[in-house]
This record gives sequence, structure tokens and C-alpha cells, in this order.
Amino acid sequence: MSETLAIADSAAKPEFWRWEETSWADPAKDWRSAKNITVGIDVGSVSSQCVVVTDGELYAYNSMRTGSSSPDSAKNAFKGVQDKTGLTLGDVHMVVGTGYGRVNVPFSHKAITEIACHARGANYMGGNSVRTILDMGGQDCKDIHCDEKGKVTNFLMNDKCAAGTGRGMEVISDLMQIPIAELGPRSFEVDQEPEAVSSVCVVFAKSEALGLLKGGYTKNKVIAAYCQAMAQRVVSLLERIGVEEGFFITGGIAKNPGVVKRIEKILGIKAMETKIDSQIAGALGAALFANTLVQKNGPLKPIAA
Amino acid sequence: MITAGIDVGSRTVKVVLLEDGVVKGKRLIFPGDLDGDVAADTAYDEALAAAGLTRDDVGAVYATGAGRKMVKFAKDSVTDMSAGAKGVSYFFPTARTIVDVGAEEGRGIKTDGSGKATDFAGNEKCAAGAGSFAEAMSRALQLSLKDFGDASLRSSKSIPMNAQCTVFAESEVVSLIHSSVPKEDIAKAVLDAVASRVCAMVRRVGIDKDVVLIGGMAHNAGFVQSLKAAMAIDEIRLPEMPEYVGALGCALMAAEGGR
Repeated sequence: MSETLAIADSAAKPEFWRWEETSWADPAKDWRSAKNITVGIDVGSVSSQCVVVTDGELYAYNSMRTGSSSPDSAKNAFKGVQDKTGLTLGDVHMVVGTGYGRVNVPFSHKAITEIACHARGANYMGGNSVRTILDMGGQDCKDIHCDEKGKVTNFLMNDKCAAGTGRGMEVISDLMQIPIAELGPRSFEVDQEPEAVSSVCVVFAKSEALGLLKGGYTKNKVIAAYCQAMAQRVVSLLERIGVEEGFFITGGIAKNPGVVKRIEKILGIKAMETKIDSQIAGALGAALFANTLVQKNGPLKPIAA
Repeated sequence: MITAGIDVGSRTVKVVLLEDGVVKGKRLIFPGDLDGDVAADTAYDEALAAAGLTRDDVGAVYATGAGRKMVKFAKDSVTDMSAGAKGVSYFFPTARTIVDVGAEEGRGIKTDGSGKATDFAGNEKCAAGAGSFAEAMSRALQLSLKDFGDASLRSSKSIPMNAQCTVFAESEVVSLIHSSVPKEDIAKAVLDAVASRVCAMVRRVGIDKDVVLIGGMAHNAGFVQSLKAAMAIDEIRLPEMPEYVGALGCALMAAEGGR
């Protein structure tokens, strides 16, 4: 019932928060000639990803918004890859689930925490010099330390508060009526960097942002003030267990330069660069774990979705 | 002497006109797009007009609330805590613990019976435990705030809300709706959650009888019920115009001319 109402509501106004869903397959590879095919499914609170790894290498992925049901979100994430590559569950040698909905992936053989998976994924994406991973997801923010093999050595997370998460950024995007992908670039289109908004809470920041607009701030300046507040908030989390060289950012907010550049500036450390979509780190790590397990124990029988 | 108290809150502006200890008029407006100072002017003039008075009839104006500094014509301003404690003493001199839950703030105030605030603890950084939390959830449930409170009274279930953050709780409410949990059970879950956050703050100043609830959330019968359960007390006293208590306290202080 509320689903239809939500749709009716969304038809009435544009959804500024809606980020782009992507799917990709490596044109230089073919899964049919691969020995080991493994899949990682990351059902997050806001986005879900499916990553296919062939013989230990990234082959294809699909990233989309999480729906109201975790099992359906997992199925849809896989379906995106299936449509693109023709790969079916029957061809896959092992599936590992991760993310907050990891136990609700109906066709997975095993569930591994997203903390372990993000470290493993970041180790692949950024190489074995990655030591500190900042994962800014939809509903939480994590600081993960790992060794040269991508094994977690320490971590800290905030999942009590939307400040410093993608969900918080979506709220601001809606409030400013500016598409979420433009927030970062726009935050630099200001004459002078404003003070950060003082409210940590997204609910309070909303009223503060409205007050600033009334007080003559341009939208870009409000966005800059919000990005700065988010950066400060994230840095205060990072500082609790420290940041080591080999700093890597995963999750959706890694795509927002407005927050990333400000974090780098406060820390005085540049984040490592990668060509791979930062949102797939968890699912990629899960697929890599599956690959290791298949190499060790052999392929598993598929579980029907 | 006639005095006025103006409470510029985060969501509404309240005005109370007082003559020799008797309320002569009151007015509440939602400023919406109005600036705080304009809203205060508007609310004040409307209250005066309704009471058949002019600004010249008023001896002193005091202001309170988050936007109290915006009331340029006020002679003095006092904190929400002082105004709340003073206003409560007008109704209930026996009050010792005041729970104040407005749109963006929830707090516990300790008072000594003379109308002075002696201690307080409140939220500063987070909307959990404030009226806007309940408001956001009633919106997600598509119920008016009144229906939301009444619905909660019809439930006897205790469903724990995992999310503390308003933003996350909204998604949690949506997923409860999707899994066909009755609206009254969700409403109770939400109000229980707010009550438990508020109670945690009030405990920091201590819970002593009589306990009085002020602020807009006092109109929400479901919340009052949840708060009683959270604080493990039988009675919470409710003033007749709970959202005006701060403005009233202000007008009382203006009459005394002290702080």
C-alpha cells in the first residue's frame, strides 16, 4: 500500500537523491572460458551489489538500490549481471553474501561480514599497500585497518547516526533540490569556504540549512558547509583509531569529491585512487573470499534462488 | 501591569499576555518562511489584537526559546529552562521534575518549587528524543499527529525500534509497514522509542514527584502513556496549555522584573 503511495509521491516531484545504478562487464574476458566463477552479493541498507570474479579477477558487477526485501534485492542484483553476461546461478561455483542483509541472500553458500569483505575488496582495488579503509556507506561509516593481505586488524564503526553517511547526503540533496552527483562539484563553486554547519544531526542540519538559505547563503555555499561538517564528523571517527598511509575510501560517498577532498585536507593525507567503482568493494571482497574457498575446497552445488 | 512573554521555538512562536497573574491572551503561529524577528512581531501583534490591546498597554516584554535573541523589542531574554520552570510553577507549585519535549528539543529540568530551574539535561546533537522524530514517523505512517498518538494507545505490543537516528528510523518504519505490522503497533513502537530517549535525559537530573510534561508533545496521549511506562511512574501532570508554558513563564518573569 505504502509502496504505491511512495510511487505516486515520487511521480509528483523529481528524486534528487536518486544516484545512478550501474552494471558493467569486462569486454576482454568471457566467463565461459574461466575455471573458477564466484559471486559476491552485498545487500546493504541503501544499495545492493553483485560482483562476479573469474579465476580471482574482477569480471562483472551490478549495483542498484536496495528494495524493501533483502532476498529480492539480492536476486535483482544478480539478475542485472545475468542480463548483461548470460551467466546463470547454475554456472557459478560459489556465492558469498555480505552486508547487513547477508543472511537473507537465498542463493548464498556462506555469509561473511562486510568489514572483512571491504578490507579484502580494497586490497584488490588499491593493491597490498592499503592499510586504512574508510567505508562510507548508506547507513554507516566504518574505519577499517588491514594488513598487506587485506586481513582486518582493527575497526570502528558508527551506525547510530545518519551524519556522515550516504543517507544523510541524500536528505541534503532532496532539501537543496540538486541531483546528488552534483553536490560535490557544486560545493567548490563558492567564493570563500564557509564554516561547517554546526549541527551534527541531519534533522537539525536541515533546519540549519534552511536558516542559512534565508540568511542569504547560496545553495552551493550551504552544500559546502554541509560537506565540511560531514568531513569533520568522519575525521573525528577516523582519529579514534588513527589513519595509516595507504588510505583508501570505499562506499558511495567516495564518489563525492566535496566530502573526499575536505577529508584529505583535514587529514593531510591523499586517498589512493582506483578505476573501479568504490561501491562494489564489499561484494568484490565477498567474491574473492569465495574464490579462495573454491580453490581450497572445490566448487559447490548451486542453491536455487 | 500587563506583561508579555514570547517563546521563539524551532518550529513555532508562542505569545502569552498576562495581567496581574491572569492570562489575558495567547497566540501560536508557525512562521514557515518568515524570519524569526518578523514571526515574533506578527505573533505579538496578533495576540494583542485578539485581546483588544496595543503595544503601549504592555509594561514589559521578555523573550525565550532558541530564537529569543531575534525578538528585538524584548526588554530581556531568559533561557528555555528558566522560563519553563517559572511557567510550570504557575500551574503546579509542587512540581519537582519537568519534562519538556518540543519540536527539536527534549529535556529534563529540575525545579525547587519556587519556580527556579536548578538543573537540566537535554539533547543537543541529535533529534532522537524530540518531537520532530515523532512527527517524521507519523508522516511515514500517513497519520496526523493526533491520530498517531491515539493509535498508539490502542496497541499493547512492545516492538523495539533498532534505529536511534530519525533518518534511519524512518526506513525502519517503512519496512515495518511493508511487513504488515499494524499501524497502532508501529505508532507505539515509535513513541516508546522517543519516551525512552527522553527518559534517559530526565534520569540525569533525577525523577522526583510531581512530574510535569510541557511542550507540544504533551498533547500526544500515546506519548504520555509511553513516557509514564518508561519513567515507571503512575502520574504525569499536564498543564492545560502545555506549548505555552515557556511563554507564560517569560511573562511571569517580566512581571517580576527579575531573572
